[in-house]
Amino acid sequence: MEDQGKTVIKVGLSTCGIAAGGTKTYEALEAAIKDNNLDVVLQKTGCIGMCYQEPIVDVVTPDGTLFSYGAVDEEKGRRIVAEHVQGGTPLQDSLIGEERQSVVGGQVRISLRNCGIIDPESLDEYRATGGYQAIEKALKKMTPELVIEEMLKSGLRGRGGAGFPTGMKWRFTRMNKGDQKYIICNADEGDPGAFMDRSIIEGDPHALIEGMMLAGYAIGASQGHVYCRAEYPLAIVRLQKAIEDARAEGILGKNILDSGFDFDLKIKKGAGAFVCGEETALIASLEGERGMPRLKPPFPAEHGLWGKPTSINNVETFANVPWIIANGADKYAAYGTEKSKGTKVFALAGKMNRGGLIEVPMGVTLRDIIFDLGGGVRDNKKFKGVQLGGPSGGCIPESLLDTTVDYDSLNRTGAIMGSGGMIVMDETTCMVDMARYFLDFVQNESCGKCVHCRLGTKRMLEILTRITEGKALPEELDLLEELAYNVKEGALCGLGQTAPNPVLTTLKYFRDEYEAHIHDRRCPAKSCPELLTYTIDMELCNGCRRCAKRCPSEAIIGEKKEPHVIVQEKCIKCGNCVDACKFKAVMVE
Amino acid sequence: MAGAAKPLDVGAIPYEGINEIIGNYKGDSSAIIPILQDIQDLMGYVPKDGISYVAEKLEVSAAKIYGIVTFYAQFRLQPVGKHMIMLCEGTACHVNGAKLISGAITDELDIRGGETTPDGLFTFEKVACIGCCSLSPVMVISGETYAKLTPEATRKILKEYQAKEAAVQN
Repeated sequence: MEDQGKTVIKVGLSTCGIAAGGTKTYEALEAAIKDNNLDVVLQKTGCIGMCYQEPIVDVVTPDGTLFSYGAVDEEKGRRIVAEHVQGGTPLQDSLIGEERQSVVGGQVRISLRNCGIIDPESLDEYRATGGYQAIEKALKKMTPELVIEEMLKSGLRGRGGAGFPTGMKWRFTRMNKGDQKYIICNADEGDPGAFMDRSIIEGDPHALIEGMMLAGYAIGASQGHVYCRAEYPLAIVRLQKAIEDARAEGILGKNILDSGFDFDLKIKKGAGAFVCGEETALIASLEGERGMPRLKPPFPAEHGLWGKPTSINNVETFANVPWIIANGADKYAAYGTEKSKGTKVFALAGKMNRGGLIEVPMGVTLRDIIFDLGGGVRDNKKFKGVQLGGPSGGCIPESLLDTTVDYDSLNRTGAIMGSGGMIVMDETTCMVDMARYFLDFVQNESCGKCVHCRLGTKRMLEILTRITEGKALPEELDLLEELAYNVKEGALCGLGQTAPNPVLTTLKYFRDEYEAHIHDRRCPAKSCPELLTYTIDMELCNGCRRCAKRCPSEAIIGEKKEPHVIVQEKCIKCGNCVDACKFKAVMVE
Repeated sequence: MAGAAKPLDVGAIPYEGINEIIGNYKGDSSAIIPILQDIQDLMGYVPKDGISYVAEKLEVSAAKIYGIVTFYAQFRLQPVGKHMIMLCEGTACHVNGAKLISGAITDELDIRGGETTPDGLFTFEKVACIGCCSLSPVMVISGETYAKLTPEATRKILKEYQAKEAAVQN
């Protein structure tokens, strides 16, 4: 390419990079390059997955050597240009190459293959990595049946959470008769704590387009829809640009590559309803209705969008497809376990040292992911549990850390693979509060159609709230459990059927915490405010009045330079005094 | 996005703009959601009078449109302040202390989630995950993302916005 022989500087500008200040870094680099008249290529790229190091800046020298810098602010950006690009001396203390090698090198990146490496807004760069060769191969050398056969052989299962074999979904949709069929991409990544779909669309939008084209060819659809969360504005902008670029090049449109295959894509913005991640609710929303699920069967493969046969797959699933067609199903199936083939992306967050996105072969253990790739628990605190699969998933305790990540092993723990969100919790996280948090979420998001979900989750939330306030009676724990099983069995759709999982798993593995709240009126994690008492250590307090000024309820009294006292009747337990005190004199019990 | 929205007087419905939006979708009644999204982009909220106007134009009942507006969390029936504060309440943010940030915002501006300050400068909304989990806790003010927040940092950011606004007024 034309950029050969030049130094290339890439700035990680996904939502995470931008949130960390990447745009300012980019502008500082741009100005420094311009001011010094340098013949350097400045590019945007997606997220390499090391979100904790953002903004990340890569310098690729003309000989192809990669220097990765972490946490690059404007000042550091200018230094990189002056000292490294112009002076030839890398900034040793800011290089993260070794860490990148141990984090990224320890992964198998298939669906994330281009994220953080190519410029997501450049079709040429996607092509340079072999992009759009899979669709060419399929259109020229494979029948739709053969594409489906290949998907079945690869063992790819739906990465949105349910784990249904992708090839089988496509086969059913292909077999059902219809004058028009649809392919839909579910990019309504509503699970709080999962952000791989956002990262793929922001970092490699053409991979999604190519995956959807292959799916369209396989099932016989000429039209695709991407249903994307409105909360992901950058993803929508980049995907829209990618679609327009692909159209301009004749990759999308009529008679693609002279094969007679027509295919085009439309983006539809979601409007903020978690339940629309459920496929029948998503279809209702696409049709302009309230996003309420309906009974299955009939499945969308038979009766989907506008009543036509429709296949709905997740972003990560689609991103795998071009790689599988290009490299062969056997190569994909060589990764993973017997029943869970290939790789899976996990979003690491919570009390983790290295939060971000990683992609690993199925079958590695939770311990490998959390402690090797994720760098363990932050601030040397003790690991308590990991929440997998969001509001539909469950909390796994330390004793089960050697569980392998595959659909079946995770299901046996009571959690689920889900979309791959992994939130690590330490000793300061209250598990009852976690369960309450998720119930609050699903109760808010319940569409209200079926009684079990609408009322069941509400009653469960009320009990959980009473427990966290120390007001629950011992028998309410049994009632909570009974309600949980009833909602699980009686709810209409996946949202309700899985909503009790966070409660059931925390009851199973952390029952002692529930009991401490109920019997001893005590929160072992010191997290539930109603069960805490704030006092001031007279020895440590020097009467600086900082806490008294910050107290919103004027509960702290005392003369200047004399130890202060908290009036318990007035204390609203906001914790402001703990933050305000520089002498660690405020004690929480 | 919401951040760019300008507060308008209640009652002033820009019929021309709404006609144009409906025209963009060729009056397709299945495009109700994108039409409402565009109206909200234009006005910052979906006014009740706008609902009956759109219903008439698309030949569907106002009840149906009202049902859609109230079903989806994105739609607002009230005008918003000049600066929209969106505090993420995703799991990672929750675990990392979003509640403390929420308390700091309420304490500093005297508004709770869903409310607007009397001077019309700030609207505070709590939202589900915005996908920056590894930088939690996170909030977005007028499209700008603020990461790894502490109550102290939050107060400082809000004070800067207030100072900027005070400077504009003088």
